Amino acid sequence: MSAAESITILIIDENQIRASILKDGLSEAGHTRIVVIDEMSNLLRKIVDADPDVIFIDLENPNRDVLEQMFMVSRTVRRPVAMFVDQSDSASIEAAIDAGVSAYVVDGLKKERVKSILDMTISRFNAFARLQAELDAAKQKLEDRKIIEKAKGILMQTRNLTEEQAYALLRKNAMDREIKISELARSLVTASGLLE
Amino acid sequence: MLIDASERFRKAGQKRGKEAKGAMNDTPVRRRQTTLRCGFIPLIDCAVPVVAKEMGFAAQENIDLQLVRETSWANIRDRVTVGHIEGAHMLAGMAIAANLGLGNVRSALAAPFSLGLNGNAITVSTSLYERMAAASDLTGAEGPMEMAQALAEVIAARKAAGDEPLTFGMVYPFSCHNYELRYWLAAAGIHPDQDVRIVVIPPPLMVEYLEGGFVDGFCVGEPWNSLAATAGAGRLIVANADLWRMGPEKVLGLRTDWIEREPEAVAALIRAMDRAARWADDPANRTELAALLSQPDYVGVDAKLVENILAGVLQRSPTEPPTETPNLVLFHRNAANFPWKSHALWIYSQMVRWGQVPDTPRNREIAAATYRPDLYRHALRDFQIAMPARNSKLEGSLREATPVGSESGTLYLGPDEFFDGRRFDPDRLDDYLASFDISRPFDPDAMAHFA
Repeated sequence: MSAAESITILIIDENQIRASILKDGLSEAGHTRIVVIDEMSNLLRKIVDADPDVIFIDLENPNRDVLEQMFMVSRTVRRPVAMFVDQSDSASIEAAIDAGVSAYVVDGLKKERVKSILDMTISRFNAFARLQAELDAAKQKLEDRKIIEKAKGILMQTRNLTEEQAYALLRKNAMDREIKISELARSLVTASGLLE
Repeated sequence: MLIDASERFRKAGQKRGKEAKGAMNDTPVRRRQTTLRCGFIPLIDCAVPVVAKEMGFAAQENIDLQLVRETSWANIRDRVTVGHIEGAHMLAGMAIAANLGLGNVRSALAAPFSLGLNGNAITVSTSLYERMAAASDLTGAEGPMEMAQALAEVIAARKAAGDEPLTFGMVYPFSCHNYELRYWLAAAGIHPDQDVRIVVIPPPLMVEYLEGGFVDGFCVGEPWNSLAATAGAGRLIVANADLWRMGPEKVLGLRTDWIEREPEAVAALIRAMDRAARWADDPANRTELAALLSQPDYVGVDAKLVENILAGVLQRSPTEPPTETPNLVLFHRNAANFPWKSHALWIYSQMVRWGQVPDTPRNREIAAATYRPDLYRHALRDFQIAMPARNSKLEGSLREATPVGSESGTLYLGPDEFFDGRRFDPDRLDDYLASFDISRPFDPDAMAHFA
């Protein structure tokens, strides 16, 4: 059994997509014992059953406080401790918090054994954040396009313009005001709604 | 609509900032702008930092106050520790625990400003309240001691019947909620570590957990008690203002390295917080403050409910008429912002009482030194602000609001009694600790990984 295989990793993340991206990455790296919890009910029981050596939880999860107190009082789980700047590789820990994830490691587990797992988690969390940002940008672009279409329609109708003329008018006014075309279009749509 | 409201506040704030600047021409405005990233958790008592930002008090002191909303106290602790934020709306006990190296983290924090007093309450599930009422003929108007005794009756009956122990929620091991809940239970002979289970639950999930039957009661800050009570999930039985009439709660916790690097900015920040606290405590601003806090970026609950809480009006259950609790939450009056060393030491006394930290002269010193009245005094010394003459007081000795010696003007302190009549003399910590029948010895094994 290789070193990688002998570690059980628990991922607690309500975001199933992110959790599976991380799980895939860890599997590819040779880890076979990976448990994902994406539903928070009966958390302690699930942790006891998983008996993890390393736990990752996303920072948006309000259950972090619950988790830490469980570790503190429970006699049934092996006690994992939060990884911290002063006790561990500080750059990795900072990077983890930057990426939005926090790590707990069962006492006694050597830092070096966790390092690659932690680094993998950070890179996958960051990859997910980039993916999310791209998705948000794409959504925004689509919305902007829709609102510009609507504004063009209003101008074409009320000022009797062609589509090109309407767009040119929007563009020129936006440039004069130093704002985005979509912003101007949004104001126009809102204002015309008021006039109806 | 919500964006409009927020925009309106921002403009009002800017206007106020300008007006205030004009009115205070004598005060030198610092040239360089300083940024402070300040974490907060959505609770009524995040009011002071929110007001400091939104009403322009921070800007007026040339502080770019960036508020960062967080979902857990652990996040606040971690972000302060790694330096993502310089300070936070923080549980008073968190700052002390960080300096003592509890909870697996040691970071140097200081509390130069208290963000208010009180604001917590204890709520039990409707079914538990019915059992308590039946067992002890409660009318609902009973004080904390009678309520605790009624709970003790139910617990004894359950034990006799072989039922599972009741479970109570609180928000964080080093929170005043934990200490208040334990103090209250123990006063009626209920051992918090043997007769009940105590678990941590994030404030926004409290109501859900109570409704779902995962907990039988909890101690949490407002508005979460009022929300549980108005939803009919529970009966609010004790406001912490009835346990200890003026108890510490949240502080402005700052990294000490930032304090050392930016002494001028710290003073400016304290002045901004002082003005924000004054504004927040003024009944004339209640409606406006409630509207501000009710925004989704802040607490995100109904404005009318927030306004009632600010006024001390509590709906204890859906069917009973609301009651008034004076001093349910204080933002400024009665020296609410002064970082009393005796508050820090009381919190420390409870850490010791419940076995979270071994009592040593060094630990006492660390706990007391976390609170920084020197910074508070220094920042506000030229502003004709009534200032207590001492840094520590005998807690629990004032039955009524009492004028006390202050460096300028009249200052009222108290009432600050504890419901069990105890007094806390920070100079006689040993006697105080010895006076409790119920406590838990420090267990180095249980706490080893936290020390």
